[in-house]
Amino acid sequence: MAERLRMVEAVRDTLDAELARDDSVVVYGEDVGRVGGVFRATQGLINDYPDRVFDTPVAEAGIIGTGVGLAATGMKPVAEIQFQSFLYQGFHQLAQHVARIRSRSRGTITCPMTIRMPYGGGIHALELHSESYEAGFSHLPGLQVVFPSSPAETKGLLTSAIRDPDPVIFMEPTRLYRSFREEVPDQHKIPLGEARVVEFGDDVTVVAWGSMLRKTLDAVNDVEASVEVIDPRTLYPLDTQTIVESVKKTGRCVVVHEAPKTAGMGGEITARINEEAFLYLEAPVERVTGYDVPVPLFAREDDYLPDEDRIRNGISRALEFG
Amino acid sequence: MPQEDVAQFTVRSVQVLAEDETVDDELVPELTDDQLLDLYEQMKRSRRLDERGIALQRRGELGTYAPAIGQEAAQVGSAYALADDDWLVPSFREQAALLTHGTDPEQILQYAMGMEEGAEIPGGKGALPPAIPVGSQPLHAVGIGWGEALQDRDTIAITYFGDGATSEGDVYEAFNFAGVSDSQTVFICQNNRYAISTGVEKQTKAKTLAQKAIAAGIEGVQVDGNDVLGVYRVAREAVEKARNGNPVLIEALTYRRSMHTTSDDPTAYRGHEEEAEWELRDPILRFQVFLENREILDEETEGTIDERIESELADAIDQANKERQAIDPADMFRFVYDDMPSELEQQSDAFEEGVEGDTDG
Repeated sequence: MAERLRMVEAVRDTLDAELARDDSVVVYGEDVGRVGGVFRATQGLINDYPDRVFDTPVAEAGIIGTGVGLAATGMKPVAEIQFQSFLYQGFHQLAQHVARIRSRSRGTITCPMTIRMPYGGGIHALELHSESYEAGFSHLPGLQVVFPSSPAETKGLLTSAIRDPDPVIFMEPTRLYRSFREEVPDQHKIPLGEARVVEFGDDVTVVAWGSMLRKTLDAVNDVEASVEVIDPRTLYPLDTQTIVESVKKTGRCVVVHEAPKTAGMGGEITARINEEAFLYLEAPVERVTGYDVPVPLFAREDDYLPDEDRIRNGISRALEFG
Repeated sequence: MPQEDVAQFTVRSVQVLAEDETVDDELVPELTDDQLLDLYEQMKRSRRLDERGIALQRRGELGTYAPAIGQEAAQVGSAYALADDDWLVPSFREQAALLTHGTDPEQILQYAMGMEEGAEIPGGKGALPPAIPVGSQPLHAVGIGWGEALQDRDTIAITYFGDGATSEGDVYEAFNFAGVSDSQTVFICQNNRYAISTGVEKQTKAKTLAQKAIAAGIEGVQVDGNDVLGVYRVAREAVEKARNGNPVLIEALTYRRSMHTTSDDPTAYRGHEEEAEWELRDPILRFQVFLENREILDEETEGTIDERIESELADAIDQANKERQAIDPADMFRFVYDDMPSELEQQSDAFEEGVEGDTDG
């Protein structure tokens, strides 16, 4: 039976279901136990699964590194990093071990680990609580990088992530945690690596994920043209085909992300469109992104983040070219 | 409120077989003559593998190689305390420990020849592949010891690292995590005096590295790392404690008698006099005298052991060389994901076509 849930509740609901389904799932991280995480995404789980939900020391390398060992013994670690920027303190474990253990042991040792973390701006948080380092994760072979954009998507994608035999970075947009409710089916699984066409259109393709998808949907309400909106859902593996097919139809594309522009995923998506649909393009691929600056404190945060106006301007540039 | 001392600590240090060949009979571990000979043979096997490894590297047949010469007692003595299904989580210099725990010399050579086959664990259990970053792997051992405990098994993980690694944050995180999770883990710090060229006195102001356990609330103990009986004794105790969820850090005082790796030149940072001094404390030499004094080892047995090692190593080198000739480079695509993403499949197909194209001329 479907329930109307917020995104943060969908996270909790999924963790609960997976803990119940599979005894090898273990949920851990700083503050995930008694208080249920700083966003309450794990609230109450410790009461039902006291042996598999743990508060850990505040040590990101420890949280990620122990996952390699837990996985080696047959557990399925689901770790929470409190905010994406704190992952930097454990990035070496991710890059040097989690992402590589399968290939360097030729598949004899694997790491079916899910690392959940809130990311992104728009909630007036402290410094280093608003980043989205998705391109860095997508650049590491061995990882999968997943972005839910709604409560139902969260359930479907997180279920797949936890059951996946390889490590998954699960980026939860903080801004959407409590912003709206939607029906979330009990049993729901969305395969990783498949994009979703959220709105169909013929004039221009807009690719956006996570919280930027919501902004994009708001923005295109006021656009005269017929806009096709695509949520890739996973940045690695990236469903290039769905994007390319759409661009072949529309001839124009805008990529929206809140991470900095340089070396961001917008560049990668543009390159793939060039490789596979160059002759269909009627305009250069536009990028609407954060700037190449550290995410500012909240007094300037709204000026940094792409908003509806910037997205609409990007769409206009793509439509008006030539 | 008056001032008072709220905590006091001591660090125990153990030695069974001293440099001058005196033996503390009360501390000699209960091992049969065959087991004692086994310890000796494992140390020699590792020594010869390292000597051959250096020679092969010089001839261009191996990549960079990190010999464990001088550290055999610390590694063999500790790994000998493990049960077959216990986990061994090495750094990149643990040939002696791995051989003792059942890894084939051929696999060690394969890794040094640049093949992932050498990092593959037969059966998927028993040891993790070498860890090249400094000090990252103790956390994996803690995860293993934690996972085993969660599944109500008494299997433990033992992990090896050097004195330099204790300066890394991950190593402290590992001690601390192990303590709070009652992880079934034994930490072996081989204090071999040097982190490449940096002496241990520049690594820390602490008097011992064993005391680094104290801040994490776990037991720390020091042992003469060139005394294989002492190391075995301490490791045996630690392994039993770990099986009950009490992690232990062992600091084995030893000396890396050769280079950090084949790319290193130790003459740049230490003198001949120091090296000569440690040559006299060599773990194999010391144990050999012990075995001879007890009439467990004679020239004939030594000859048999040496011959066996030489023939095994010759076979292993042959075999590894043959496998190197037969590697399939497209393997690099096959083990990144369980289910190969389509974009990777495209890259793999393009690679295979390129290889075929080249062959076709």
